[in-house]
Amino acid sequence: MTPSTIDPERLEGWNRPPIIEPDGEGDLLEVAMGPHHPSTHGVFRMDLALDGERVIRLKPVFGYLHRNHEKIAETVSYLATMPYTDRLDYICSLTNNWAYALAVEKLVGQEVPERAEYLRVILGELTRAQNHASSIGFLLQEMGASGTPLMYAFREREKILDLFESLTGSRMMCNYMRFGGCRVDASPVWLDAVRKVVAGLPAFVDEFERFLSGSEIVMARCQGVGILKPELAINAGVTGPMLRASGVNYDIRKVDHYGIYDRFKFRVPLGDHGDIYDRYMVRILEIRESIGILEQALKGIPGGPVMDPKAKIRNFRPKPGEAYGRIEAPKGELGFYLISDGGPNPYRYRVRPPSLINLTVLEDMCLGSNVADVVLIFGSVDIVLGEVDR
Amino acid sequence: MLGEGILKGLAETAKNFAGSFVSAERMITVQYPEERIAPMEAARVFPFLVYDSKHPEDSLDWEAGMRCVACQICEKECPPKCIYIEKSKDKKPDFVGKMQIYPARFDIDISVCMSCQICVEVCPFEAIKMDTQFELATDDRFGALLLDRKELAKSNEYYHHIHPTEAAEVDARLAAEKAKANAKVKAAADAAVAKAATQPAVPAAKPAEGNKQE
Repeated sequence: MTPSTIDPERLEGWNRPPIIEPDGEGDLLEVAMGPHHPSTHGVFRMDLALDGERVIRLKPVFGYLHRNHEKIAETVSYLATMPYTDRLDYICSLTNNWAYALAVEKLVGQEVPERAEYLRVILGELTRAQNHASSIGFLLQEMGASGTPLMYAFREREKILDLFESLTGSRMMCNYMRFGGCRVDASPVWLDAVRKVVAGLPAFVDEFERFLSGSEIVMARCQGVGILKPELAINAGVTGPMLRASGVNYDIRKVDHYGIYDRFKFRVPLGDHGDIYDRYMVRILEIRESIGILEQALKGIPGGPVMDPKAKIRNFRPKPGEAYGRIEAPKGELGFYLISDGGPNPYRYRVRPPSLINLTVLEDMCLGSNVADVVLIFGSVDIVLGEVDR
Repeated sequence: MLGEGILKGLAETAKNFAGSFVSAERMITVQYPEERIAPMEAARVFPFLVYDSKHPEDSLDWEAGMRCVACQICEKECPPKCIYIEKSKDKKPDFVGKMQIYPARFDIDISVCMSCQICVEVCPFEAIKMDTQFELATDDRFGALLLDRKELAKSNEYYHHIHPTEAAEVDARLAAEKAKANAKVKAAADAAVAKAATQPAVPAAKPAEGNKQE
């Protein structure tokens, strides 16, 4: 089979001027990576232009998993959108619920009871821990460590998902938060189970670090690869662990004070180089900070109702207006923008997905690196296609 | 020394490998079709319709005891619109003895249902609840996943079996409602008797007495 070659002039049609010049020897090769590729975390395609093994152009193509999420949300009631938000970033459905509930609560000026706020923090931080665990597991999988690190990560994630199931009824499609609180109350038995899992988390992180952080292969593959400059990260609107790995101190839990995060003591881990290894380390350290927040929240959780008794579930018609609710989701800033015209469904509903916006810098990180590193850089962005395509 | 990190990592893997044979908390694999773990109490898969049965062993009275009154709230609130209800023309008594219409047709397309539990939350009659049955694979592509009201009907005993805590709360709530309704009926009857007794003498005493008994 002869590889299809492309004329350098054809590259003019791509969406930006060349940054890396081909060396002029031999032909360029155009490769479509995906949409069915095990490393793409779903259905994502990258059109690569290669000069030998070097990437000189990368064009991300999304939309294969488009499900009309925003338009559906504009046709159904406010409550009925809640289960659909689970399906955005299906790894961390509880933070999606939280962001949407926050946006609607801002829209109608709804207060949330104390206990519900604590439960939200506990569930949000558990979600962060399991998301980061599985995302570094996948990263190692893409590095070629087939299976073992991922299985270690999933063993821990499974314990957290069991907690989610016993509280919300579903492992991944939790549909738990409501406007003005949470759907069901957590029993003392459940809180004890959380304490037990949280007590076991540091041992898992330590084991993972002994296992991989010092490994020469991981260092050789990750350090100095896929560098994202802080200026570019800020200009592109990148958020979450990606931004912090580039050394920019920006965490919405600290800057926006949503929920009750200003009551907890935690630090924001920052990277120095902005390479894959920093992103890996930032995620490990964020799990450790999450454990700290969880311990504080489990100590301080008060009694009381989990749902504002005055909150309306049915016949919910906010006054005309608009609101933007955002939280620090495990992948970055997750925001919901709502415009109400007084009807039972939003006039405009918009999701600001961290995965999609973090993906926009993929080409800049990949240019000049080898094809094998593209997979790794893509894995370090930590995306879920359900959220990219919506 | 180069390679030290790899050796440390391998030691960790070896420890885990050995541990997976001896440590009890690590031996968590369940040989699924032969062994099963009972579903969690909060687990939810697809909805079913609850009926109150006077003779739990006899499953014939599902239609008479069905709690659903075809109010169509769940149909309206269902996010993927997988519920289809047709109201009946006639009426039958519900659990407090009040005459209510009932669903002549109640279909749920479980190939569309996304198990979100919103129908359960909005139902004011405790008539629809979530099942934990998940082994529903079928080779029929069209009819088998469209459940009609007979297939959806499950007894209150079954509900108690799968969600004991929740079902006990629901039963307590329904009993309280029934007691209240009975008291109201009794109060109305008493008021009627009192009214009949007092009417010739003092007609003006009627509204005050009625208020007291309310």
